[in-house]
This record gives sequence, C-alpha cells and structure tokens, in this order.
Amino acid sequence: MAQGQIAPGIVSGRLSSDELTSNFTDLHPPLAPHEAAVAADRCYFCYDAPCVTACPTDIDIPLFMRQIQAGQPEAAGETILAQNILGGMCARVCPTETLCEEVCVRETAEGSPVEIGRLQRYATDSVMVGGSHPFQRAAPTGKTVAVIGAGPAGLACAHRLAMFGHDVVIHESRPKPGGLNEYGIAAYKSTNDFAQAEVAWLMKIGGISIETGSVLGEGVSLDGLVENYDAVFLSIGLAGVNALRAQGADLDGVRHAVDFISDVRQASDLSHLPVGRNVVVIGGGMTAVDAAVKSKLLGAEHVTIAYRRGRDAMGASRYEQDLASSHGVKIMTNVQPVAVHGNGAAAEVELEYTSSHDGQLSGTGEMIRIPADQVLKAIGQNLDGAPEGLNLDGNKIAVSGAGRTSMGGVWAGGDCAAGGEDLTVTAVAEGRDAAMDIHATLVS
Amino acid sequence: MADLTTNFLGISSPNPYWLASAPPTDKEYNVRRAFEAGWGGVVWKTLGSEGPPVVNVNGPRYGAIYGADRRLLGLNNIELITDRPLEVNLEEMARVKADYPDRALIASIMVPCEEEAWKAILPRVEETGADGIELNFGCPHGMSERGMGAAVGQVPEYIEMVTRWCKKYYDRPVIVKLTPNITDVRKPAEAAKNGGADAVSLINTINSITSVDLDTFSPEPSIDGKGSHGGYCGPAVKPIALSMVSEIARAEATHGLPISGIGGVTTWRDAAEFISLGCGNVQVCTAAMTYGFKIIDELTAGLSKWMDEKGYTNVSEVVGRAVPNVTDWQYLNLNYVAKAKIDQDECIKCGRCYAACEDTSHQAISMSDDRVFEVMDDECVACNLCVDVCPVDGCISMVPITAGEVDPRTGLEVQRDYANWTTHPNNPMAKAAE
Repeated sequence: MAQGQIAPGIVSGRLSSDELTSNFTDLHPPLAPHEAAVAADRCYFCYDAPCVTACPTDIDIPLFMRQIQAGQPEAAGETILAQNILGGMCARVCPTETLCEEVCVRETAEGSPVEIGRLQRYATDSVMVGGSHPFQRAAPTGKTVAVIGAGPAGLACAHRLAMFGHDVVIHESRPKPGGLNEYGIAAYKSTNDFAQAEVAWLMKIGGISIETGSVLGEGVSLDGLVENYDAVFLSIGLAGVNALRAQGADLDGVRHAVDFISDVRQASDLSHLPVGRNVVVIGGGMTAVDAAVKSKLLGAEHVTIAYRRGRDAMGASRYEQDLASSHGVKIMTNVQPVAVHGNGAAAEVELEYTSSHDGQLSGTGEMIRIPADQVLKAIGQNLDGAPEGLNLDGNKIAVSGAGRTSMGGVWAGGDCAAGGEDLTVTAVAEGRDAAMDIHATLVS
Repeated sequence: MADLTTNFLGISSPNPYWLASAPPTDKEYNVRRAFEAGWGGVVWKTLGSEGPPVVNVNGPRYGAIYGADRRLLGLNNIELITDRPLEVNLEEMARVKADYPDRALIASIMVPCEEEAWKAILPRVEETGADGIELNFGCPHGMSERGMGAAVGQVPEYIEMVTRWCKKYYDRPVIVKLTPNITDVRKPAEAAKNGGADAVSLINTINSITSVDLDTFSPEPSIDGKGSHGGYCGPAVKPIALSMVSEIARAEATHGLPISGIGGVTTWRDAAEFISLGCGNVQVCTAAMTYGFKIIDELTAGLSKWMDEKGYTNVSEVVGRAVPNVTDWQYLNLNYVAKAKIDQDECIKCGRCYAACEDTSHQAISMSDDRVFEVMDDECVACNLCVDVCPVDGCISMVPITAGEVDPRTGLEVQRDYANWTTHPNNPMAKAAE
C-alpha cells in the first residue's frame, strides 16, 4: 500500500500522478469500429421496441443500431441527437441498466443486453468528432426566450427553440455552462472536458447566447424576465442541500458530497485535491456512489457508504452499487448517523442500526462507531432559492402539460420541476418538450 | 465408433472428406500437410496442358460476403487453374501418392476440347498413380472464355464427348465436375453418364460479383478499377448445391450415379446432409480456406458421433437416405395442416414474428399491450416465416393438426388421406384420383 493512503486526516497526494491519471480515465473506453459493428449486430430490431419505450427521450434505438450496422455511424448519431441533443452525455451517464438496457430482449434472453449506451456514444462521438452540426436553424422569428440555468434541461430547451428560429438567452449562475454535466457527474464517466465540448457543439446551431454569473434573485428577477422576454424557461436545478441532523455535523471534515464532487470535476490537478484516509458517505443515491468511488480513486484507504434503509431502497442502481463495491467501497445498509465525534475535526461516525416496520424506520438502539476523518453528506438536494409566486408540488415547481408553471409565460423543467426522475436524460426530455410547447404558444 | 472409411468408385479413403480442387491442393507442401491433418483425400488443383502455364491476376483473387462479426458466408474467386508447370505438378502428385497410399488422390484436369489434348495428358496422369481423375467442366471464369471449364459444362454434348475420350484413354475412375451455371443440372449429369463417367461431382462455383465499390464503382474483387465475375462458394451456396445434388440423385436417368457432393460444406452436419441426399462423399474447400486444415477434426468427430447416436456403422448406410423424400411440389400432401405455436416461456418478446407476419405475411399473430404474441389459428397458414425470423431457437414450432379436427382457418375438417395438387378440384389439369 502506498504510504500516502494511510496518512492520517484529509490530505492530498495520496496517490502518484500516474495512478490518479489511470484511475480517472474513461470507465468504459469507446468502442472501436469493429467492436461497434459486432455489438450493434446483436440488436434484434424489435417491433415497437421496449428500449425506445424505456428511454425518456424516445430515441429510436433499433434504427440507430441498424444505421451502425449499415456502416453509417454519423447517421446513427443524427437519429439520436434529433431526439436528445445531449445524447453524447447521456450515452456516458444514463443509468442504462435501469432504462433501455434493462428491458432489452437480449437481457431477457441471455442476461446480456445490447450495449446501447456504449453504442450511442460511438454514434454521437462520430458526429462530434467530425465537428459538423447536423441541425439547421429556421428563419428568425423575432421572438426571444430566457432560459434560466445552462444544465441539461436548459440546454435542450434552448437548442430546440433556436432550431425553430427563436433567439435564446441563457442565464447561468456558475462560471461555466453544463449544470450537473459539468459540476456533478462522476469524473470517470465524462472525461476530456466532454461537458464543455458538448455545449460548444450544441451552440453551433446559432441564436443562443449564454450569460454566466447571472443569478436569479440577484439582479435578475422572474418578473423582470417575464416582462423582457416572450417566454421564460426555468431550469434552475436543486441548489439547496439537505442538512444532516446529527450531533457534530458542524465539525471540520463534514461536507456536502455535491461540493466534493464539484471540486473533483473542477480540479486542474487531482494530486492537489485532499481526501480523507477514512471516508464515510451518508446516503444511498447516485451522488453517494459517485462521491464514494471518487474518494477511493483519490486514494482514501477506507471508504464506507452508510445508508439508512436496505439495498433495494437505494437510489443507486444495483449496477452502481456493484461499481462501488468493485472499487473497494464498503456498503453498510440499515444504519443511520447519530453523531460525528471528534475534537474540532471529525474522527468517528456513530451509526445506529435501523429496522423498518410498515415503511416506518426506527433505530434499534444498537450503535456502531467507525473511523471517519471525512464525512460526505449525500442525503438529497432541495429547491432552495426558487423565485416567489410559483405554485409548488411538494418541494418542486408544479408543472402541467409540457412544463407549464402556474405563472403565464413561464415554463420549468429538469430537477427543479415536479415529476420524472432526476436524471440527465429526463431533464433533456423535459427541456425539449417545453420548447415545443413554448414554440407552439409563441407562433399561435 | 462409426467407421468413416469410404469406398467411392473403388477408391478407399479413411473418411469421406476430400479437399476440393482449389488453392488448398495446389502443391505438394499443402497436400502433405492436409494428409497429416487427417483429410481423407484431395482433388489436386486443376492441371492444364503441357507448355507455358496460365498466369493469374496480380491483384485480389477473392471477394467475400460476411455475416455478423465478419463470419465469412460466401467467397468468390477469379483464380485460374494451376499456374505451375504440368511436370512439376505430376512429379509432386506421384511423390505424395507414394507416401500416402491410404489416401485418395484425384487429378483434376482441364485441357482444350480436342481429343489430342486429352490423349496427351491422360497417360501422364496415370503414371503418377493417382486414384482417378476429375474433369473440370465447371470453372466459370477465365478458362471458360477460352472454351474450357464451364464453357464445356454448359453443353451436354461436349461433356459426353470429352468423357468418352477420357474413358478411352484412361483406365481409372472418371469423375465429371458439373457447373451450376446452367438451367437444368440433370442434362449435363445425364450426358456425363452417357459418356461413361463413373461419377459426377457438384457444384462448381456460381457466377458472382460480391459487391461494388461505391467510390470507384468497380465490382469486387477489383483489379485496377475493373472487375470480372468470379465463382461463388462457401456456406451461402449450400442450399443450391443440395438441390442440384438431389435432382441428379432422384432423376430416372441418373439415379444411382455416384455423386461427390461439393458446395459450402462447413461442418459435419452439412456433410451428413449431402450424403443423405445421395453423395458417396463430400469435397470441402471454403471452410478449409477460412479456418485451415484443422477443421477436419470436427468434421470427422462430428459425423462419427452423429452416426453412433443414430446407430449407423458405415457411411454407406447413410448415402441417399433422404432421396426418397425429395419430390415435386405437386405431390406434396395438401391435407397436411399445421399451425404455428409460440412457447410463451421461451418468448423474449422482441416482436419480430409479429412484424414479419403483420407486414409481410398473413396477419396471423396478435400483440397485446404487454407484448404477449399469440398465433391466431383462424388466420395462420403455417408459412413458417415466424419460425425463420424468431431469434430464439425452438420458441416457435409448427404443430400439425390431427386428422379429424377442424382447421379454424378454413372451417373444414382435416382429412386423414393424402391428397395432392394433381387431383385437386382447383387444378384445371387435375386427373381423377386413381
């Protein structure tokens, strides 16, 4: 074991630069042309294919498989991108194991689905490597739409609106566009600065401008936007992070997993990024897995995911859980955090075992303490800082139809809007569909 | 353990697999290696007349058709007969035969359609000790333009004439290799028999262009931007070969004429099928060219295992077993009624059967909202398309309706008796049942 791995506390440089580079390369390397041909050939071209039904963006998967088989990966890419303009990112980050690939009849037949995700990447990469943009902008309509947030929903909405000839101004609070594609996705799923390359490619449609550092509520108000634009699309994501209700949650070493992930994504040199020797991640979703795996890849000696319910209830798919396990992450289930102990800085996490009766979770009274110099909270995000005046549905913006909010001229989509899973692909579908509805409204 | 020893025209070989006359049998080096690998016999690459040998193109000689994962399904070639001097080939043949007396060694020959040419070469071939000769009347490219190969094979009178010369000047078995590039293969087979041939071998390769380069618009294989048709072979041609073999095996004029089966033999199963349709042995080329000589291990072990399972002790017991079951369409039993049946436990719900039946066949498969596919017996004509397109082996089967039950499609009771088109009331040429 490298000496760096057992260094106490939260320190950087646990692994050599070479090890870090190797650890953060592509999780699934791209397919070579022959590999793609063989993989695509496994598609049965199902009638009314289950994979299409399972795809939130309704990509015609059998068609693009056939186009790969027929030697035209660029045409396959266009088929994908026509439905999902962020098909390149979705190919990398979609939990295909719970979407298209889960229902692939090859999965039914032999427990091994057509590798739809990797083939989608092969097809979309072939379009982007060529540098061409296969979509054209209609004649300008003179209408201008404001999109708030340059995440997947906002980008998809903006692109579709631009195609129709509308002008789009995207207001983005962060320094770079991309939203969670840029700041949230696991680094080993989106390498080589792909999120920025994809945005640049998307912008080739024309008619879209992005104003970064433009924060809703700080100089930009919803009322002002409604007044100045023909329509507004809110794709502001979930900016708030749920708090950990446990004694010692304010100790040094305790932080939000999304911030940790963002730091990893934005780090110019991973060898300068500190990580604990003993990392405990609280939560059971994709964010928890991403944070845990990243900690391990950065050289943490022991990484534990502590989740309060059983495996089946975890938000992370079985595939993601296995991914974590294969990297040496320990997954503890049916434990909830009670306290973080330490003298100024975290040293241990105290967990209580839980049991569930009729869906009600309660502590059993049995405690366990595990070493933890770094505690990462991945217990969900919330709609913090949403503009006033919009009806909510639970903790999210209420929408009807294709993203219509309770306020006229204002649409919403992505994680901030009620309905649908909080996935990149779902956000793209919502942004695209809202754009269709906005367009229909603007031209009627 | 079944005995694979084969006696074809009195020529004994340890198994029924001969390498066909082609590139794998062009020289002593390859043939020795083939025999060491276990092949039962070889038909030496076709010899031409004495004198300067033919020349081949110096670009690609082969083109291919692929299935999934570049599995070679069909091969096309524009190679000519041996381009080595006659005396070199004859010397090598004599040496090899002397060293492998238990293996079959056949000389393939193609010389001009003149009696003197055959008269000149046959004694020299006989001196090599070869077990017999095969007359190459099938090569469809190059040589046919010079009045040889398929140009002879397409004219039954020439076949008969040349065969007669061979029987006149050569004492050992004469096999006539037939071209499939002809309307009715029975005619050349009959001509060969009339000329005294001891056997026919078929099929030679089929005229073919494998593809067109869409940048240069040159047919493939392309020689400096131009292409010529080649001869097609490999797994893709097997069905054509089986049909032609069966026609000769069951025709009155040629029934009983020994046949050496050629055309896409790739596994033991292909060989068993050719043999069951009347072939005394089989010749293999493309499979060896694709995978090398080592496939002989599977070919022999597989055939032997199958024969053991079926209780056959000698290849000759299998020869022609399927021939009585080959008939004309008009004699097929029109009272035989089957229906497709989908095994729901096996079904993976791809819907290919539905798409095929609904779009292109008889609209006899229903699809429910939850993707359950079921056959509608009142529409099903048992065409078998659903079985053919289903990716799951054994998921859809054709189940006969028992005589006495009603066919829901026609509303008529299924008859026990055999009845065919010749007596059907819809047939204007129908004869009264005898």
